[in-house]
Amino acid sequence: MREWRLRTPLREEDVLPLRAGDWVYLSGVVYGARDAAHQRIAEALRRGHEPPIPLRGQVIYYVGPAPAKEGWAVGPAGPTTSGRMDPFTIPLLERGLKATVGKGTRSAEVKQAMVRHRAVYLATVGGGAALLARHILRARPVAYEDLGTEAIWELEFSDFPAVVVNDVHGGDLYAEAAARYARA
Amino acid sequence: MAVRELPVQEVRDAVAELLRRAVTHLPPDYLVALRDAEAREASPLGRKMLRLLVENAELAQRAGVATCQDTGIPVLFVQLGQDVHLTGGALREALEDAVREAYRDLRKSVVSDPLLRQNTGDNTPPIVHYEVVPGDRVRVAALVKGFGAEMTSAVRMLPATAGETEVKQFVVEVVRQAGPNACPPVIVGVGLGSSFDGVALLAKKALLRPLGTPNPKPHLARLERELLEAVNDTGVGPQGLGGRFTALAVHVESYPTHIAALPVAVNLNCSAPRRAEVVL
Repeated sequence: MREWRLRTPLREEDVLPLRAGDWVYLSGVVYGARDAAHQRIAEALRRGHEPPIPLRGQVIYYVGPAPAKEGWAVGPAGPTTSGRMDPFTIPLLERGLKATVGKGTRSAEVKQAMVRHRAVYLATVGGGAALLARHILRARPVAYEDLGTEAIWELEFSDFPAVVVNDVHGGDLYAEAAARYARA
Repeated sequence: MAVRELPVQEVRDAVAELLRRAVTHLPPDYLVALRDAEAREASPLGRKMLRLLVENAELAQRAGVATCQDTGIPVLFVQLGQDVHLTGGALREALEDAVREAYRDLRKSVVSDPLLRQNTGDNTPPIVHYEVVPGDRVRVAALVKGFGAEMTSAVRMLPATAGETEVKQFVVEVVRQAGPNACPPVIVGVGLGSSFDGVALLAKKALLRPLGTPNPKPHLARLERELLEAVNDTGVGPQGLGGRFTALAVHVESYPTHIAALPVAVNLNCSAPRRAEVVL
């Protein structure tokens, strides 16, 4: 299992060597957003407005964190199902988004767009929310604050663990891994 | 028999405590199964994910934080003894108060209308299933289910003559389709029989049963074993990264049904299967 330590914002040379199945420890600013925020970003772009967060070289984590307990920067903050964001993802990739982090499968269209725009999809531990919150040093809502947990969050990651599911070369861990362990 | 009086405030306090504990403490029977899977998983990535899930459960319990940010829309199963007289208010309101209190510091994941989508702000209302039973006790069981797994669940009204083979195909297909989205390793709740509404409830009730306790009916216990093997033969594995532990258990619950039908429902529970119950 190859391991990489990456810091955001990501450059093309950061994502090119990653292969499906590699382990990644991600540090730096990552934006947290889920369903409602994606819908609003898509609406803003459709109207020709600027998105409320920078996208070039950036990373979006599909998350709706729980409230923080005293002594924690953020409450439990595990990944939500990424596929629900598929209909909103391609315009973000076109504007330079370099990675998304979540859990679960992506659509064929998003996978093709990731290859085209040289972006990767990382999965982290679904059901690992308390542990993952320990890898987030700062958290503050930066847009759409009226959405509560569904606002856009600016999160500072520190060695946040994830695995490369879709690389920029068309590698697809979910598609390949099950076959390896299946018994007919 | 004398009627036993029970203030609803006692129900409220007990259910609030039940929910608070359920979100921070995963059931011991599940943790045993999770550690066992970690020891026996063949896939290195799968083992790594299982280790992180064990560490997450330990950290959540130690620190008193939720194991998963998705603390769901709570599903409560109330068994009300018919010799109990609840006093001091409405049971429904007591249960809502309990949810409000337990979720004060948790994520609010409930919207008041499926189309208008306004967050209720206090995670109410819960989903409540009532059953009147003999006796003078009140039993409340709770499932706090994340919706990643809930979204992958399905009902199929199979025809009467479908038999076990088609039931198996359907269950395996649901788990395979769910793949990583349901946060495996999953617990598979299967309902068989009843009606369209009833079979879904059977599948959910199957998730209340502790791991390691097979269905008392021998043919269903055998079906549970065979389904577990079939589901794990998909190779989906922990978190969908490939491996032998796609599911830790399959639980089947059944009920009589119509001569025309073999209803089957599959309700998946995720790798943070929060479950608790209290008897008053």
